Amino acid sequence: MSNFVMKRWLNRSFVHSAVIIICFLWTLPTIGVLISSFRAPNDMRSSGWWTTLAHPFNFTQWTTRNYADVITSNGIGSAFVNTLVVTIPATVIPITVAAFAAYAFAWMRFPLRDTAFALVVGLMVVPLQMALIPVLRLYTRLGLNGSFLGIWLAHTGFGLPMATYLLYSYISQLPRDLLESAFIDGASHFTAFTRLVVPLSLPAIASFAIFQFLWVWNDLLISLVFLGTSKDVAVLTSALSKLVGSKGQAWHLLTAGAFVSMLVPLVVFFSLQRYFVRGLLAGSVKG
Amino acid sequence: MQRRWRTGSYVGQLWDSRQLRLIFAFAAVTATLLIFRWSLSFLRDTDTPTAVMMPVAIGLGVVGVWVLYWGTDTLLALLPLGRLSDRLRPIVFVGPALALLGVFLIYPTIVTIWMSLRDARSENFVGLENYRFAFTNDELQTAFLNNLVWLVVVTGVSVALGLLIAVLVDRVRYEAAAKSLIFLPMAISFVGASVIWKFMYAFQPAGRPQIGLLNALVVAGGGEPVGWLIERQFNTFALIAIMIWLQTGFCLVILSAALKAIPKEILDAARIDGASETQVFLQIIIPALRGTLITVGTAVLIAVLKVFDIVYVMTNGQYDTEVVANRMYAEMFKYKHYGRGSALAVILLLAVVPVMIANVRSLRQRRS
Repeated sequence: MSNFVMKRWLNRSFVHSAVIIICFLWTLPTIGVLISSFRAPNDMRSSGWWTTLAHPFNFTQWTTRNYADVITSNGIGSAFVNTLVVTIPATVIPITVAAFAAYAFAWMRFPLRDTAFALVVGLMVVPLQMALIPVLRLYTRLGLNGSFLGIWLAHTGFGLPMATYLLYSYISQLPRDLLESAFIDGASHFTAFTRLVVPLSLPAIASFAIFQFLWVWNDLLISLVFLGTSKDVAVLTSALSKLVGSKGQAWHLLTAGAFVSMLVPLVVFFSLQRYFVRGLLAGSVKG
Repeated sequence: MQRRWRTGSYVGQLWDSRQLRLIFAFAAVTATLLIFRWSLSFLRDTDTPTAVMMPVAIGLGVVGVWVLYWGTDTLLALLPLGRLSDRLRPIVFVGPALALLGVFLIYPTIVTIWMSLRDARSENFVGLENYRFAFTNDELQTAFLNNLVWLVVVTGVSVALGLLIAVLVDRVRYEAAAKSLIFLPMAISFVGASVIWKFMYAFQPAGRPQIGLLNALVVAGGGEPVGWLIERQFNTFALIAIMIWLQTGFCLVILSAALKAIPKEILDAARIDGASETQVFLQIIIPALRGTLITVGTAVLIAVLKVFDIVYVMTNGQYDTEVVANRMYAEMFKYKHYGRGSALAVILLLAVVPVMIANVRSLRQRRS
């Protein structure tokens, strides 16, 4: 073997082993939790999860009891339902509101249009932490505190600047001729919007939808403040964090609960990865 | 135009009657608003079975908002307003967005700034007292210092690691799979990630079996088990590691896309001219990725500035691990000192604004 080939081979194997080691290290914590979530509570207390790898096909050591326990008697099941109830409208409403606004900013003429648009974009810099107490007080007065409607609206308000900005940059680039010929044919703005603009903007809408869906699904702060942790409204993140506080050593419950909370994001991640990456890049400007 | 097919039929004629459509649109808007109000009690009623509650709530949120837009637009078109209706139409389209922004961002920002100048219950004006407190209180100084460590370490390490891994995976055929694995934590919540890592850091006194991987390794190496989340020289870094674990995938994916955009010919030309891989990396790749590095870095900076969930779940700021956002939450909702909480929120705002402006600017530059 010549010196050059030898060196290349060494280089190659260095790259391969580096990549494989990094991937292994990155996945290890998740794998540990996944394996542990299927072990009996006593086993989990007395030995590390890696000991199961010595005899993985000894099926007596695996159990799904932890999942049954955490879902039925520790509120994770109802939290899962609540999270769906929060997340789906909290994704659709901001997209709808933002799309209508983005359309108007791009294709309608009205006084102060550019000023209003600059204001919307400018609001991206405001961290939602600024809004917590005033909005909470407002909610207490209106009876929206701890209600699903309240949290839908809060997520809508906080997500709007970015959603409008992103959808605007897409919708304003649609071909002018297309819309103008629709108007000549007598289409109203509403028809042009629903029949032309929305279908054509689906890639942008999908990217933002996935970003917002995961953002809301994974949010803790807003749901802690506006929904609270009572069992009938608590979402997965707040239920899980409460479980950490109250049963910090009950690893069989925590690991199973963590996996239930990750289930939907992981499915979304694996099935819609391309949109997810695009939405994430766009979402990196969320304030 | 698209209504032509209906006009022949009786139903079509009825539908085309202006009055009927007007009434229908009005009824739809009113009904939606009423249902939204009624939903407040219905959705909170714990006796309602979830199987009923869930579809109703989701349907309400999703369909309701569309009905409102459609209804107001139809009303506007059918009411005898003449030319005025064209002038008012933009209000139907942008009005809701601007109203929501007013209620959820503009009004609260003003109130929060105002509250930051007042005492615990917003009763008396106290000037800059809350800010003075924020910058002199011992625990808050720890929090600011910690935030600084978070900012430097998380941003530095995750961007550098992301870049390094991007260059490495560029050379292997299973690139997509490798990227997925490292990117995966990005999909899960900070709370989920915290549970995963709390398990990594689990601690048992010496002599008992260690169930946390890190301590098992330490003990196997002959050491004493370490309370990673309690010992002050480790705990902040133990939390920071979680954030790095979460953010590196983001940096990797975006830097990797930018890396692919560098023309191959330039890299090959440099290599043929005898440049070493290190030289190619430092003198071609890094300058070419400069814009992307800034975008990615500022995005991570913003996420770190506002980091809350990890600290809240892991230590709740005990043992000197406090950060500003967690302390703000505690001041607001635990101690109910609205003045101090608001002052911390304003400080966060002031810290985020310049980074945000840099971020949006660099993003816009890269787009154009």
